[in-house]
Amino acid sequence: MNNTAEAGVVTLETARKLGLLPEEFEKIRQILGRTPNFTELSIFSVMWSEHCSYKNSITWLKTLPKEGPHMLAKAGEENAGLVAIGDGLACAFKIESHNHPSAIEPYQGAATGVGGINRDIFTMGARPIAQLNSLRFGSIDSDRTKWLMKGVVKGIGDYGNAFGVPTVGGEVFFDECYNVNILVNAMSVGIVETGKTVSAISEGVGNPVFIVGSATGKDGIHGATFASGDLHDDSHEDLPAVQVGDPFQEKLLLEATLEVIATGGVVGMQDMGAAGIICSTSEMSAKGKHGMVIYLDKVPTRQKNMEGWEILLSESQERMLVVAKKGFEEQVQAVFDKWDLNCTQIGEVTSGDHLHFMMNGEKIADVPANELVLGGGAPIYTREYKEPAYVQQIKKYNPSSVPVPSDLKEVAKFLAAHPNIASKRWIYNQYDSMVGTINMSTNRPADAAVVAVRGSAKGLAMTVDCNARYVNADPFTGCAIAVAEAARNISCTGGVPSAVTNCLNFGNPYNPEVYWQFVNAIKGMGAACTRFETPVTGGNVSFYNQSVINGEEVPVFPTPTIGMIGILEDRKKMMTLHFKEAGQHIFLLGKSTDDIGCSEYLYSYHKVKYSTAPAFDLEEEFAVQKLIRELIAMNLVSSAHDVSDGGLFISLLESAMAGKKGFAISTDEDYRKDAFLFGESQGRIVVSVSDDQLDSFTEMVAESGLEFMNLGETTEGDITIDEENFGSVSDYSMVYENAIASKMNA
Amino acid sequence: MKFGVVVFPGSNCDRDMQYVLGTVMKQQVEMLWHKEHSLRGCDFIVLPGGFSYGDYLRSGAIARFSPIMQEVMEFADKGGFVLGICNGFQILTEAHLLPGVLMHNDSRQFICKNIYMRAETDESLVTSKLNLGQVVQVPIAHGEGKFFADDATLLSLRENNQVLFRYCDAAGNLSDAANPNGATDHIAGICNKGRNVFGMMPHPERAADPVLGNTDGRLILDSILNMVEM
Repeated sequence: MNNTAEAGVVTLETARKLGLLPEEFEKIRQILGRTPNFTELSIFSVMWSEHCSYKNSITWLKTLPKEGPHMLAKAGEENAGLVAIGDGLACAFKIESHNHPSAIEPYQGAATGVGGINRDIFTMGARPIAQLNSLRFGSIDSDRTKWLMKGVVKGIGDYGNAFGVPTVGGEVFFDECYNVNILVNAMSVGIVETGKTVSAISEGVGNPVFIVGSATGKDGIHGATFASGDLHDDSHEDLPAVQVGDPFQEKLLLEATLEVIATGGVVGMQDMGAAGIICSTSEMSAKGKHGMVIYLDKVPTRQKNMEGWEILLSESQERMLVVAKKGFEEQVQAVFDKWDLNCTQIGEVTSGDHLHFMMNGEKIADVPANELVLGGGAPIYTREYKEPAYVQQIKKYNPSSVPVPSDLKEVAKFLAAHPNIASKRWIYNQYDSMVGTINMSTNRPADAAVVAVRGSAKGLAMTVDCNARYVNADPFTGCAIAVAEAARNISCTGGVPSAVTNCLNFGNPYNPEVYWQFVNAIKGMGAACTRFETPVTGGNVSFYNQSVINGEEVPVFPTPTIGMIGILEDRKKMMTLHFKEAGQHIFLLGKSTDDIGCSEYLYSYHKVKYSTAPAFDLEEEFAVQKLIRELIAMNLVSSAHDVSDGGLFISLLESAMAGKKGFAISTDEDYRKDAFLFGESQGRIVVSVSDDQLDSFTEMVAESGLEFMNLGETTEGDITIDEENFGSVSDYSMVYENAIASKMNA
Repeated sequence: MKFGVVVFPGSNCDRDMQYVLGTVMKQQVEMLWHKEHSLRGCDFIVLPGGFSYGDYLRSGAIARFSPIMQEVMEFADKGGFVLGICNGFQILTEAHLLPGVLMHNDSRQFICKNIYMRAETDESLVTSKLNLGQVVQVPIAHGEGKFFADDATLLSLRENNQVLFRYCDAAGNLSDAANPNGATDHIAGICNKGRNVFGMMPHPERAADPVLGNTDGRLILDSILNMVEM
């Protein structure tokens, strides 16, 4: 081993430069019983980075509910969560962030995010059937935001469209807190026959280890370490840490992977995302309690003269590590030959628990696999936390100091044109939402995307949700609302919420105020997921989402994005959100309150930046969702749309625009009129009801004991509120549909 | 009827086509791998949508050199029926089985949405179940879908009644607003002079399964079944 030559070079200072703490360096020396060489130190550095080890979050993540009736693989057990959906099928799904690369190089950053999350799904043997994404940008009026947004959208589109999996849903939110550090979270959902999944495991001494897919280059080296540090002024100089994606290779890899699994010759496989070969070899070996010898010089490379450690840490995309059963070498090779993909045996499974990395006949690293990984030797920290100073500002919020504007029509038009509320058509028209011919939402707009599950009568509903402004105001309640809103969206299609994947985007965990947000958000998520019986199947933590501005750390809003799936037993009963015809009755289910806290109206129209999270009652929320599912099952509503950003008025407007109808309603004098129309208190759903449905509907809702009110009725196209003409739906539609496009083209 | 759906590396509408023709329409379907040298006795060949060879270089430019394309060209020369959808249309123009080219959309953006198109001829197999001027709603999904041809080619397309479909609004009117990609003369689909090779950018297979809530595309695919009577 060339340890002696390099051992003199490796010092605490080297460790620091690789992002390791002094105590971590000491721990590595204890594990190895010697000072690591540079390659070994690099291995520990990436494997113990936040991105791979979850060292600052795992203590709290473990408190989230993981049990559920349909769980097949729990959080952390596999590359993605796995839930049984009946008919012999299972759903693999996961969400992941690609924030830091996207902030530096939006096109490739976003594209490789899409690639990575899809590999997590098909590496389990599941064919991806749908994608979603959750995006956060800064002020849309800034040129930098427009540049980032154009790049991210094109990156997601070019990769996902060519890969051939429909992008069926998503969310986009603008706030200046994301001006520098945008958030790009991508989710993929796949289907696999139960029992035909493949594990990320390596076992069986003598079994061959293959690297398949793209050749290995110098891109993305130390990307995982990069993702675990702050963005700073010189971050653009980290460009080589951003990977480059090739959706064509990924498409071939998908088909070849599913074919090779079908040969029955695969022991285990794992995609190479963060930390490349070292991550896949160590995690698979640790899981299978075996060792591995890897000959790095056998790895097909894109560049000449790559060092061993560079090959080991490269994050080149579209690669997988496959451990095959001995004797199946030719069959494995034949599949990848068919698809013109590299497939090279680079090593084999050994006894013991050490990973041996060889380069040109020399051993360049010798590390125990289990010591590198989460659940093994990777450090676990519990960080200090304290209530942030800004919470005092929120406590001072006094709604009675906010005047009710004299002209609420102006507010209505303002909100319809606001980028956070206006149609995201400029974005989603660039995504292929229909390839696969299962997206039922194309011609049936609904609160969540619904796709048909082939080989069954079921539909799979899916959504991503998080109003980070609520989370910032109150992390516990705000995060519980994110779960509740996701569940509400699924319930409004008639689906039963099933399971959750999360993407936790926060600032620096070493900042006690940020960690306070994190801890409370997790607690809120846990409470809501327990109530909705939607276990958390996994996901991703992204810390260090903040910018250093004038020497001061400015974190983004805490943004725990919730990805949720739900099941429609009979997809023919899927409910839609649009008003069907004029003259139908409009009802509001759930409790109204005199609340404008954290609303887009309060924040953007009145420019009140600090206010309390909207009113939220977990039990009432659960009850109203149960009610809407029952009403849909009994065919007692004609449309269902939840009240969320922009409040009741926007909810009504969206149902009206989608159905090219209008509405005439009366407000309740017990509430401020602005709160009634634009407040965002939770647990409310707008439904339209036909004459035929009316009696049974009223009876069933009354029996539930929940608050509800008759708002008025649908019209041919005009909007009337308390007998005041608010204009025509087609005029609002023009504004709503074109607001973002006109900003982007400005 | 036996359909053959060609699978190029990067095709991604091949399985959709297989599902619609086979499972929904109950026809026999063979999947033809691009490295094969036989069309396996298929009656009708479909080049599906997708990104063959990643669409690197230029959409369809590499796929035309695939081994199976030699067979497809010979089949077409002998009067065999071939339909190219989206990337398949691009491949057919690259292979010179159809005139014109498909260029970047005017917006320079990928566009995926429902559009309307109007049947422009009643003398072709793929429009045989449509009335002349009938409007159907079918999705598009492409970045390079702007049909372009020089004036002489356009004149010849019109004179020989080779335009299959034009983009229009719901009422059937032609306008710039209803032309999603800037296609010359609003052209969405054409056939060759021999009327046996067809290309269109819109995806009829995405509007053929009742579960999707739009079956306008079925009219086009069902038209093909009339071949048995021709």
